[in-house]
Amino acid sequence: MTLMMPTLVSTVTFLHYPLKCLKDPNQLIRASALRVLSSIRVPIIVPIMMLAIKEASADLSPYVRKNAAHAIQKLYSLDPEQKEMLIEVIEKLLKDKSTLVAGSVVMAFEEVCPDRIDLIHKNYRKLCNLLVDVEEWGQVVIIHMLTRYARTQFVSPWKEGDVLEEFNEKDFYETDEEQKEKDQKVKKPYAMDPDHRLLIRNTKPLLQSRNAAVVMAVAQLYWHLAPKSEAGIVSKSLVRLLRSNREVQYIVLQNIATMSIQRKGMFEPYLKSFYVRSTDPTMIKTSKLEILTNLANEANISTLLREFQTYVKSQDKQFAAATIQAIGRCATNISEVTDTCLNGLVCLLSNRDEIVVAESVVVIKKLLQTQPAHHSEIIKHMGKLLDTITVPVARASILWLIGEYCERVPKIAPDVLRKMAQSFTSEDDLVKLQILNLGAKLYLTNSKQTKLLTQYILNLGKYDQSYDIRDRTRFIRQLIVPNEKSGALSKYAKKIFLAQKPAPLLESPFKDRDRFQLGTLSHTLNTKATGYLELSNWPEEAPDPSVRNVEVIELGKEQLVTLGKVKKEKSTEKFYSESEEEESASTTDTESESTSESEKEKNGKEESSSMENTESSSSEELSESESDSKESTAKKRFKTIEESDSDNMEKKKKVISKKNKSFDSSDAESSSTEETSSDSKSESDSESDTESKKPKIAAATKRKEMAVQEKKAPTKQEVSLLDLDDFNPVSTPVAVPTPAILSPSLVADLEGLSVSKSSVIDVSTPVFVPMKTHELLHRMSGKGLAAHYHFSRQPCIYGDQMVSVQVTLTNTTDQKLENIHIGEKKLPTGMKMHVFNPIEFLEPEESITVSMGIDFCDSTQTASFQLCTKEDHFSVNIQPPVGELLLPVTMAEKDFKTEQGMLTGMNETSATITVAPQNSTRLVILEKVVKAANLGLVPSGQDNIHRFAAKTVHSGSLMLVTVELKEGSTAQLIINTEKTVIGSILLRELKPVLSQG
Amino acid sequence: MIHSLFLINSSGDIFLEKHWKSVVSRSVCDYFFEAQERATEAENVPPVIPTPHHYLLSVYRHKIFFVAVIQTEVPPLFVIEFLHRVVDTFQDYFGVCSEVVIKDNVVVVYEVLEEMLDNGFPLATESNILKELIKPPTILRTVVNTITGSTNVGDQLPTGQLSVVPWRRTGVKYTNNEAYFDVIEEIDAIIDKSGSTITAEIQGVIDACVKLTGMPDLTLSFMNPRLLDDVSFHPCVRFKRWESERILSFIPPDGNFRLLSYHVSAQNLVAIPVYVKHNISFRDSSSLGRFEITVGPKQTMGKTVEGVMVTSQMPKGVLNMSLTPSQGMHTFDPVTKLLSWDVGKINPQKLPSLKGTMSLQAGASKPDENPTINLQFKIQQLAISGLKVNRLDMYGEKYKPFKGIKYMTKAGKFQVRT
Repeated sequence: MTLMMPTLVSTVTFLHYPLKCLKDPNQLIRASALRVLSSIRVPIIVPIMMLAIKEASADLSPYVRKNAAHAIQKLYSLDPEQKEMLIEVIEKLLKDKSTLVAGSVVMAFEEVCPDRIDLIHKNYRKLCNLLVDVEEWGQVVIIHMLTRYARTQFVSPWKEGDVLEEFNEKDFYETDEEQKEKDQKVKKPYAMDPDHRLLIRNTKPLLQSRNAAVVMAVAQLYWHLAPKSEAGIVSKSLVRLLRSNREVQYIVLQNIATMSIQRKGMFEPYLKSFYVRSTDPTMIKTSKLEILTNLANEANISTLLREFQTYVKSQDKQFAAATIQAIGRCATNISEVTDTCLNGLVCLLSNRDEIVVAESVVVIKKLLQTQPAHHSEIIKHMGKLLDTITVPVARASILWLIGEYCERVPKIAPDVLRKMAQSFTSEDDLVKLQILNLGAKLYLTNSKQTKLLTQYILNLGKYDQSYDIRDRTRFIRQLIVPNEKSGALSKYAKKIFLAQKPAPLLESPFKDRDRFQLGTLSHTLNTKATGYLELSNWPEEAPDPSVRNVEVIELGKEQLVTLGKVKKEKSTEKFYSESEEEESASTTDTESESTSESEKEKNGKEESSSMENTESSSSEELSESESDSKESTAKKRFKTIEESDSDNMEKKKKVISKKNKSFDSSDAESSSTEETSSDSKSESDSESDTESKKPKIAAATKRKEMAVQEKKAPTKQEVSLLDLDDFNPVSTPVAVPTPAILSPSLVADLEGLSVSKSSVIDVSTPVFVPMKTHELLHRMSGKGLAAHYHFSRQPCIYGDQMVSVQVTLTNTTDQKLENIHIGEKKLPTGMKMHVFNPIEFLEPEESITVSMGIDFCDSTQTASFQLCTKEDHFSVNIQPPVGELLLPVTMAEKDFKTEQGMLTGMNETSATITVAPQNSTRLVILEKVVKAANLGLVPSGQDNIHRFAAKTVHSGSLMLVTVELKEGSTAQLIINTEKTVIGSILLRELKPVLSQG
Repeated sequence: MIHSLFLINSSGDIFLEKHWKSVVSRSVCDYFFEAQERATEAENVPPVIPTPHHYLLSVYRHKIFFVAVIQTEVPPLFVIEFLHRVVDTFQDYFGVCSEVVIKDNVVVVYEVLEEMLDNGFPLATESNILKELIKPPTILRTVVNTITGSTNVGDQLPTGQLSVVPWRRTGVKYTNNEAYFDVIEEIDAIIDKSGSTITAEIQGVIDACVKLTGMPDLTLSFMNPRLLDDVSFHPCVRFKRWESERILSFIPPDGNFRLLSYHVSAQNLVAIPVYVKHNISFRDSSSLGRFEITVGPKQTMGKTVEGVMVTSQMPKGVLNMSLTPSQGMHTFDPVTKLLSWDVGKINPQKLPSLKGTMSLQAGASKPDENPTINLQFKIQQLAISGLKVNRLDMYGEKYKPFKGIKYMTKAGKFQVRT
């Protein structure tokens, strides 16, 4: 409705109609008229608009008031000088109890006067309570506003985030005064303001909204306001949003990326939801990759690297390059895999794709810098690559590496310089600079061989087109070439050029994004957008919480003195009297009739709002002016009484006994309960009362209102009691690293990255079998600490010869177990064990999975050790089934036969078994065998022969298993291996597997 | 909030613009075109583009870019979610949302947009309300309107916006009262080279088509509500009731709507109903590659797998493919390198397979990666998560409605890596 009226005359003519309609009896017409009027962007009509808005903001219909809120923004953009007047209107509309108005007026507030936080105080609790029923767009705006508000009003719940002591329920219901007293007595380190808690609790159901913007808004609210232990509940909902459209995914992923840097645990259980599909758009892929990298830790790195291996081969080269970066970051963050990653990346250097190679070079350069000690081989290899790589960044990186570590490759470095001198003129600027650097460094360390070369390069650089290069040349020449003019600096040239340089930190690009509020445009763009409102830091001291108390409290107290009798009557009355109900039901709300009593209370919310709507719409026939003035006068009187009374109140309070207390508590808690019903309900009642009983004198109205107000108090308490279970603190999902279903040898994986494969036998993916858990420590014998272990069938990251064992520790006591670690180890000779890092503490009912590596030396001997807590130690032992001492390998049938041919005689054990009839199909045999032992399947040409291959973990000797089905349900089981002992044990174990059903 | 909206078609023409505040010049879209050029594919255009004075937020659906212009900080999801709602509304009004249809119904489009936003803030986004304000076009109405010169703007003012149930229009009347619910589950999965599941999750929705007279109050209960631990609801669902009793209680909107969507995450075991056997190999020296895939049913609970469709993006080096399917039709587009094979039903006795050779570019080295296979399928009368509706009850109205429930399992993003 953007209308541009050129002249005054036409404007006035046009105005005639909407102005007339502003008085129309139909609320929709009035609303539309206001919309039209406010959309005329002509400064001349500003006064008329102002009048219309003021009038509409007092309209009986919430719909018209909603439109008034919209008109405020329009008028403000047309004439900002009206700000003060408009703020008055906003203040008035903020008091509005209608869910329809709330969203729009907060929007107007945000646009006109976002800094006037004082306007919110009195409406804070009401907004929190209404929130669930506001329409979705309004919810987003309100939540964002309340987040900002809460950051200025409450103290940080994070300081002692872990040992957060919250009010128990009893405390919760006590009055503010009592709380303060208590606080002083007990001196609790931190106690959450009930209003703070109210906001957090009331927004929680909105995580279930279908609107992604609402879910995101709640998520950021939890992130910025909730105690750290509670923020975890948002992750599930955020992960759900990932199914949405690409644009939603993009924004959500970005926010998750920021979150996952600071609090890994939140998203660790959902690791697999971030796996990349080849059909995802590139930007989604890179965001997911970012998150995966952030989530990488010792427990999941092997799975992740395997996943990355797939990504590196992706056809989307931009994405493949990003993956290499990610591998680099994992390598620096997790020291166990640094070497593996480095080797894998070196393999990538022989990739055919240039972008991949270039990216690998850059990442390797960074990795080498962190640990340059013994990698001269890699540097040499990279020196050779200079002949083939053309990507400037990669070339520059190689040159820098050679220059920096020229003393480690004394033979190659001068040769590289020679080659570069030849091609200097045709290089990119970036490369030229590095050639100059290399020259300078070599000149300083090996001037005999390179003096002339360097001078030649410096001459070339002197006449280069780029001034950067000319500058650099001049600088270097002055510094390194001794002449009479050179100053004192040239003495230190070597120190300057070959200083120990700190290794670069490979960091997430989302590292600094947390300076912006999550879910905002600024966060997405990583720059401050116009109109971005900073989220303030938590105040050291909480501002006075009593500013949020609403007048209603005083009213409730007053009644005690004056209207004791009425109170009794009313409090016994049901909350929804039948007559009221019929009224409300007459138009729309049929549910109240049909639903049960108990449900009624639960649905109180909806009904109350319905009530309000029907009331206001039914009463709208009354002449507006009359009702308006009546209302305002009534209100005025109201206030004066309150003020005078509130003073007395302070004095009286001390005298008031238990009876009073119940009221106090209900008042205080009115703010904290979830029920929106009480508040809005009572208000609507009182409104309706005033309106329907117009002829009565004002005093009577007042009495009546007070009575209604009173009625509310007991009910409120009742309603809130129903919700007690809502107070239970939310336990965050424990970040149990999901055991990797498949993860083969990392080394082999990453070697597999290179295109050319030479080896015949590859370690392959274990076939997926259900996880078999063994008990390590029963909770009874472990005094509450229970431990289970299973073999993850993935290569151990701690050592090639180790078997990876995942131990799940569970605390079944009701106390915290501290310092869980492995104590004394009693291992047979030769056996080694990599223990998990001590666990600082384990909360009650929580469990944690840690991984250990044990080198069993290819024997089934028992590994005994002590599992210790702070107080106790328990002796436990792990005995591996022989099937777990293997790693599956793949090979061609031909190779299998050759290998088998070499392992005959002594090395062959065999047995004939009777196969159970149901075990005769191929799939069943595969499943059974693989379940019993970690074997890899070898493709077989014949239907009746099944072949499996594996190698032992410690010595890497081959283990070949053949199952040949014969006539009459017999089968020949043959095992060929050098490790005859293991072979025979395996044979013994496989026999019953196949013969039993 | 939202200043303006531009609709841009795939060839880069702005074919519709709407301004809610002051007029923003079309030239602002130049920044968008720039970004579009940089991103090679439409999918890769960033949803948020900053320009010196404005920010462009866009969604891409039905081959149309919906570009919203905003000037100040606003939660980006707010705008994106709204744009999607606009597209949904168009679809709801016109059946399809395409450039042609929008151009044909340009008057209605403007009317709808005008009602959806007021000064950049969403006003009426519920389709029930909108349809009362502005009637969806029908052939008859179009004819009448051309003759009489009237518009689609409703004669009567809607009251729904003011009622307790803003999502339902009032005065609904049907001769046949019926309520249908479709439980549709989609499996998102990544299957490894060796056939093991890397990740699998289920995304389910319950779509409803409710045509009931008056103001019915429905409750829907499940046999196993425990499955639903990650859900999002239509605003009509009473959250409290769900929390306490695990029952869906709601006053439904009139017509089609999505009652609920849920997510069964990767942590639970998901049954994978089909498997793919593949053998795709390129050889270094020769210019021929072997290609063979077979699709078969796995855990289908005795139901037939239908509507199977296999697509795969072949590497750039593949020039052509000569394949023979045992059933169904297959096509290979040598330009986009997209292979698609419409399999149809899977007969467990005779598994469908597609075999043949690929001709590769002569002299070029073999591709790094084997193509991933995307699978689509449908299984009627089965919800793979095991979700089952127990009963549907209606309160508040006297008549007996006809009730129906349908289950279906589909493949979502189902990928097999080879």
